[in-house]
Amino acid sequence: MSDINLKIKDREGVIHQVVAPTDMAMNIMEICKAYELPVEGTCGGMAMCASCQCYILSKTDLPEKNEDEEAMLSEAFFVQDNSRLGCQIAITEQLEGLEIELAPEY
Amino acid sequence: MIKTDILIIGAGPTGLFTVFEAGLLKLKCHLIDALAQPGGQCSEIYPKKPIYDIPGFPEILAGDLTKNLLEQGKQFEPGFTLGERAETIDKLEDGSFIVTTNKGTKHHAPIVAIAGGLGSFEPRKPMIDNIDTYEDNGVAYIIKDPEVYRNKRVVIAGGGDSALDWSIFLADIASEVTLIHRRNEFRGALDSVEKVRELKLLNKINLITPAEVTALHGKDKLEAITVTIDGQEQVLETDHFIPLFGLSPKLGPIANWGLDIEKNAIKVDTLDYQTNIPGVFAIGDVNTYQGKLKLILCGFHEATLMCQSAYKIINPGKRYVLKYTTVSGIDGFDGSRKEAPKAVVQSIN
Repeated sequence: MSDINLKIKDREGVIHQVVAPTDMAMNIMEICKAYELPVEGTCGGMAMCASCQCYILSKTDLPEKNEDEEAMLSEAFFVQDNSRLGCQIAITEQLEGLEIELAPEY
Repeated sequence: MIKTDILIIGAGPTGLFTVFEAGLLKLKCHLIDALAQPGGQCSEIYPKKPIYDIPGFPEILAGDLTKNLLEQGKQFEPGFTLGERAETIDKLEDGSFIVTTNKGTKHHAPIVAIAGGLGSFEPRKPMIDNIDTYEDNGVAYIIKDPEVYRNKRVVIAGGGDSALDWSIFLADIASEVTLIHRRNEFRGALDSVEKVRELKLLNKINLITPAEVTALHGKDKLEAITVTIDGQEQVLETDHFIPLFGLSPKLGPIANWGLDIEKNAIKVDTLDYQTNIPGVFAIGDVNTYQGKLKLILCGFHEATLMCQSAYKIINPGKRYVLKYTTVSGIDGFDGSRKEAPKAVVQSIN
C-alpha cells in the first residue's frame, strides 16, 4: 500500500501538503491531528461533534455519507453542500490528490 | 462552605477513579461537574458505546464504566457539586484553595485536582443574530424546570434525543409544542421517534421539517420567530424557543486561573502531574506533557501518582508506603471493610 498526497487549507488560508499512509486505518481528522493542524476531534471520531468538519474542494470521488455523518451535519454550523466530517472519511488510495479546507471553529 | 482533602474538578472517569486512590490514602474527595450527572463524556456523549482498551475489560460500555467507577469509590463517600461550573480559585495564606462555582457554592481544600477532560460542557448556541438578547427572556438552551412552560407556546429546535424527548415531555405541559429540524430524519432512540410521530398525528406536536429558525422577534421578551422552510420565511408566534443542538466542551474559566496552558491543555510535571501552581494538579485529558496520550487508562495512572503527592502535601513528614489492596483490604469511610478471604489452615487427617 502506498502513501497518498493531500492538500489541506487551514483557517488562515495556508495550504498544507501532507502525505498520508493508507495502511494505518486512519481518517482525515486523524491525519490533520497527526500533522498538528488545528482540528479538535473532540468526540474522537464518532461523528458526534463536527469539530472536524471540512469542505471538499477537489472533485475526488468520496465514499457516501453514512447515517451518523448525515445526522451530525444536519445539526452542525457553517454547513455547506461540500461539507464532510473528516473523521468519517477513511484514508484510501482513492483519495490521492484530495483537497480540503477546514471549516470554521465553533 | 464544603471542606474536603482533594477537590476534583470534573467527574469523568479520571476524576471518579481519583476518589478510590485517594480513599486508599485516607483522603476524602469532593467533585464539581458542570453536567448534572457524573461520568463526563462517557455519560454525556457516548454512554452506549463500547470501550475496548480498559485493562481487564475486553469490552465495556462507557455508561457501565461510569457505573463501575462510582461503585468502586462509593465506600470513600465522595461529595458532589453537580450542574455547577468551577469558576474561580483563590489561594489562602496557608496554601489551601477556595474554589467557587458559577452558582456561588464555595469549596475549601488543600489540594485541587483538575480532571476537566476537554472542559465543561456548554450548550451549542445557534447562530441567530440577536439570540443573546432573549436569553432567559424566552430563549433557553437547557430545560431546568419544565413547569415554566406550562400552558405556554414552545418551539424546540434540534434533531437528536434531547429535542425529541423534551418535545414529547412538554406535549402534555405546554399549550403548543413545535419541533423544528433541518432534516426530515431524526437521530434518536427509535421509540422516541415513533412517539413524536404519534403525537404529531394527534396534533399534540407541530412538526416543521426540513426547516430552520433564522430570526427572533419581540420587544422586551421573545414573541415570535422566523422559520425558513425551503427558502420561504414564515413568522410563528411563540413564548419560548429552546434550541437543543447538543453540548460542546470549553476549557472555560479554568483558562484564567494562572495555569500554564498549551493548546487548550494544562502543562504539568510528569513527576506527579502538578501544575505551575503548587497544590493544583491536572490529570486526564485536560493535561499535556511530552508524550501525552488522551486515554482513560493514562488518566487512571496519573490520578494514582497524583494522590501520592497530595498525601505528602497534606501530611508533611508522615511516612507511608504503597500498599496492595489484596493484602491490606479496603477500609471505607462508611465503616465498611473489604478484604480477601483468609486461607483456611487445617490439618487433613
